[in-house]
Amino acid sequence: MVAVAAVLPLVLSACSAGSLGSSGEEGDATSIKLLVDNAPDNLQSAQQLAKAFEAKNPKTKVSVETRPGGTEGDNLIKTRLQTDSMADLFVYNVGSLFQQIDPTKTLTPITQDPYVKNLDESFVPQVTVGGQTYGVPLGSALGGGVLYNRKVYDRLGLSVPRTWAEFIANSEKIKADGVTPVIQTYQDTWTSQLLVLGDFHNVSAAEPGFVKDYTANKAKYATDPNAFKGFQHLQQIHDLKLQNPDFASATLVKGLQMLATGKGAQYPMLSTVISGIKTSNPDQLNDIGFFALPGDDAATNGLTAWFPNALYVPKTTTGGKLAAVKKLLAFAASPAGCTAQAKASTPTGPYLVKGCTLPTDVPTITKDVAAYFTKGAQSPALEFLSPVKGPSLDQISVQVGSGITNAKTGATQYDNDTRKQAQQLGLSGW
Amino acid sequence: MTTVAPTPPKTTERAPTPVRARRAHGTHSSYPTWFYLPAAVIYGALFLIPTLASFYFSLTRWTIFKSTFIGLDNYTAFFQEPALVKGFVNTFLYAIVTSGLKVVLGLFLGILLTSQIRARGYLRSAVFFPVLVSTVGVGITFTAFMDPSTGAINKALSAIGVDGPGWLTDPSLALFSVALVDVWKGVGLATVIYIAGIVSIPDEYHEAAKLDGANAWQLLRNVVLPLSWPATSTVIILSLIGGLRSFDLIWAMTRGGPGFSSDVVASVIYKQYQAGFYGLSTAGNVILFLVVTAVIVPLSRFLARKEVQR
Amino acid sequence: MRNSTRTWLGALSVTVSIVVFVVPFAFIVLTAVKDPQQAAQLDFSWPRHFRLVDNFVQVLEARDYILVIAFVNSVILTVASVTVMVVLGAMVAFVLQRRVTRWTGLINFLVLSGLIIPPAVVPTIWVLQKAGLFGTLPGLILVEIAFGLSFSILLFRAFIATIPRELDEAAIIDGASPLRLFLRVVLPMLRSVVVTVIVVQSVAVFNDFTNPLYFLPGEQNATVQLTLFNFQSQYSTSYNLLFMDILLITIPPLIMFLFFNRQIVAGMTAGAVKG
Repeated sequence: MVAVAAVLPLVLSACSAGSLGSSGEEGDATSIKLLVDNAPDNLQSAQQLAKAFEAKNPKTKVSVETRPGGTEGDNLIKTRLQTDSMADLFVYNVGSLFQQIDPTKTLTPITQDPYVKNLDESFVPQVTVGGQTYGVPLGSALGGGVLYNRKVYDRLGLSVPRTWAEFIANSEKIKADGVTPVIQTYQDTWTSQLLVLGDFHNVSAAEPGFVKDYTANKAKYATDPNAFKGFQHLQQIHDLKLQNPDFASATLVKGLQMLATGKGAQYPMLSTVISGIKTSNPDQLNDIGFFALPGDDAATNGLTAWFPNALYVPKTTTGGKLAAVKKLLAFAASPAGCTAQAKASTPTGPYLVKGCTLPTDVPTITKDVAAYFTKGAQSPALEFLSPVKGPSLDQISVQVGSGITNAKTGATQYDNDTRKQAQQLGLSGW
Repeated sequence: MTTVAPTPPKTTERAPTPVRARRAHGTHSSYPTWFYLPAAVIYGALFLIPTLASFYFSLTRWTIFKSTFIGLDNYTAFFQEPALVKGFVNTFLYAIVTSGLKVVLGLFLGILLTSQIRARGYLRSAVFFPVLVSTVGVGITFTAFMDPSTGAINKALSAIGVDGPGWLTDPSLALFSVALVDVWKGVGLATVIYIAGIVSIPDEYHEAAKLDGANAWQLLRNVVLPLSWPATSTVIILSLIGGLRSFDLIWAMTRGGPGFSSDVVASVIYKQYQAGFYGLSTAGNVILFLVVTAVIVPLSRFLARKEVQR
Repeated sequence: MRNSTRTWLGALSVTVSIVVFVVPFAFIVLTAVKDPQQAAQLDFSWPRHFRLVDNFVQVLEARDYILVIAFVNSVILTVASVTVMVVLGAMVAFVLQRRVTRWTGLINFLVLSGLIIPPAVVPTIWVLQKAGLFGTLPGLILVEIAFGLSFSILLFRAFIATIPRELDEAAIIDGASPLRLFLRVVLPMLRSVVVTVIVVQSVAVFNDFTNPLYFLPGEQNATVQLTLFNFQSQYSTSYNLLFMDILLITIPPLIMFLFFNRQIVAGMTAGAVKG
């Protein structure tokens, strides 16, 4: 025992963690670290981007590191930024989550850099705060709406619905045919939110001032008739028994399998799950199409869009590393960068860099999503426009969608949830 | 470590209290205060100081990047959480079910696995194996087993003609289902501690009892149970604290759902933390700390007193 | 009669243990050797194709053999922190149990708090940064020690109470120094508890994922639990690889347990000889 205690400090100082890994510095090369979340799409995009960049810039080595995604990832990013221990370059959300990492204090602005001009106009405000721009997109945009099985639609002679009433009528026909009309998968709770969050294009089309009123604590989900519709739809699907009977225990993977094999016809979902379908049902990928969640008015039919994550530079990156990182950003914001990313992971919508085009062999879902962008029939999701977003929406929408509570109660609970969040963020007017 | 065999205990029947009274003057220095020192430095610097600092942040609105002093607002906000009452009820239910079962099953398995049973090595490994598996794996495995239609449990039940419930999807059942999995995962730990307790009972007692013609039950009641009391009290304290505080399996299996039906206080706090409400979640931790302390401190005093009286 | 009791009790226990413990284990093993499509079903079925080697190689090669690095890190972390935890924990427990002063109550309370209060991440990082230990393995080792001490102290204290004081006094009269008393008299009596603390705390440290994630960031510092994130993310999970990884990181601690389990049994037989 004594021997062990005496030897220990020696052991501690002798070994450094992970000495097995390849060492960073080689000659006069600059090596930079890029931190990305572990979602395969983002990780593979980042890796391929790094590889293509290294091929052009042999003096720079880019090592890609991963972190968990979701809220665990949010906390990790904040902690590492606050404690000055961030990697040289990192990938994180845009919009309201980006505002919460205190960009003016923690990040290096890139406003004056020439490559910023290559970014799509819709994207720049998402990474801009106080007149300064901070990020370059990684990956493609995505849509939130309904994935549907085209074979089922063809067999029953259905067409893509442009109003909610048409959607319900289609669903009743599908049900009469013995196929599950609407797939819900509440074991993965986040999937329950799509009918609410994906309805936002319709809310803002009917009520352009909603975002402002909502952020200023004036408009509420429970009392605003347009915003309330998402919760109503959730309840309606349950009341009309349009869901798969095992909605409470089904998972995302099961839902995608049901959709791909035609056991279910429609699945309210984000287009980002393409890679999931590719893993579980690669042969049926092109049987699946996408349409935006329809609202009341066919004339304003359009898509609720989610923006891709962005690459940011922390203040702690300086000198030669900063120069190298900026070169990488310029590469990411160029058509060559998009091509590299598209090679590694299937795009889920258009790239938000000027001059980038989608490969011709993208899945149907991607084409359907991109069509809305081409038409200009899209609005960003609410979370990109307002910092107010309650953290418990997934649990609340599971309750409404499972018939535990009704739409009104759910919407009121969510209003209270957002109030708590706004107070915690210290927003004025709450 | 094993070079010097200690003198076998002569007798321990005498209560140890008089020992303290007649403690010689010099004995004091045989238990020197500096034994505390290394542990105190590490513990103080890396646990106590950060904890005290975090108590201050419970009085602030804290975004990690900046903090604004807001007095007791976080505490008021925490008590207004809609799921709070339900959360406390669930917390106590969960703690009582898990710790109760771990104490009873752990003792039973401890006795069984120190007896001369066949296949003892295999059985010990089987019981301990769940402790080693990561919570993620346990969560996925049992969520799959407990699926109401395709899960292995309900399939097995239907084979004998029973219609199994929705273990995790029925709001009134979800918490108990997770508690059972928690027991499955944690009983190996309790068992190991019991085994240590039973093994360290000097053999003289067994032999004396056998000479007196005690049967198995009397042996258990009069020798094993009282002499493995340190193990029992440790298992009670540890599993109760664990039950009051743990949420990782709840998080892995139900995320507090369906809806909010299996939320415990710790998972409510965790969700606040995940949402970036750092001040609020710290306030929640302070409150949970006070509640757990109010339960554990009297209990541990009571258990310690029983120990001395033995 | 006695022998037959042993046998039927053993048979009964084995049967129950197969249903309760081996079936879930079999589920993990079967899922780990399936192809991705079948694994995603998450049902209890026989694999269509055995992909043991494929899956194994894929998990091993993922992210530049990070699993190997993670193993090295986790083993160093576990061995170092558990060793210190055992020694320091036993020292504190020994004095705490033997010498009752008016501070004892407070110390007991502080020890219990360590089990009750969840660690505060950001302030802990500040302390580590001040000490120049943030992002280093020794820093993380110290953190694990600090967070694990309470458990060790509690367990040791309970068992030291069973060691008769007469033993101490005999040693003191023989002129033993405090250190000698502790190392040569008390610790050997605690053998089975030491083994238990080693087993329990090794599992806790080896399976820890939060502390490495926050206190030792960076790919070259990954620990085994963090490798699970390579196969599981919000939008897609490769269940076959995830379960293969779970299996791979569960087996070494299982082997360790088998080894220490023998130590516990050895303790029993030694006791029998002694008696």
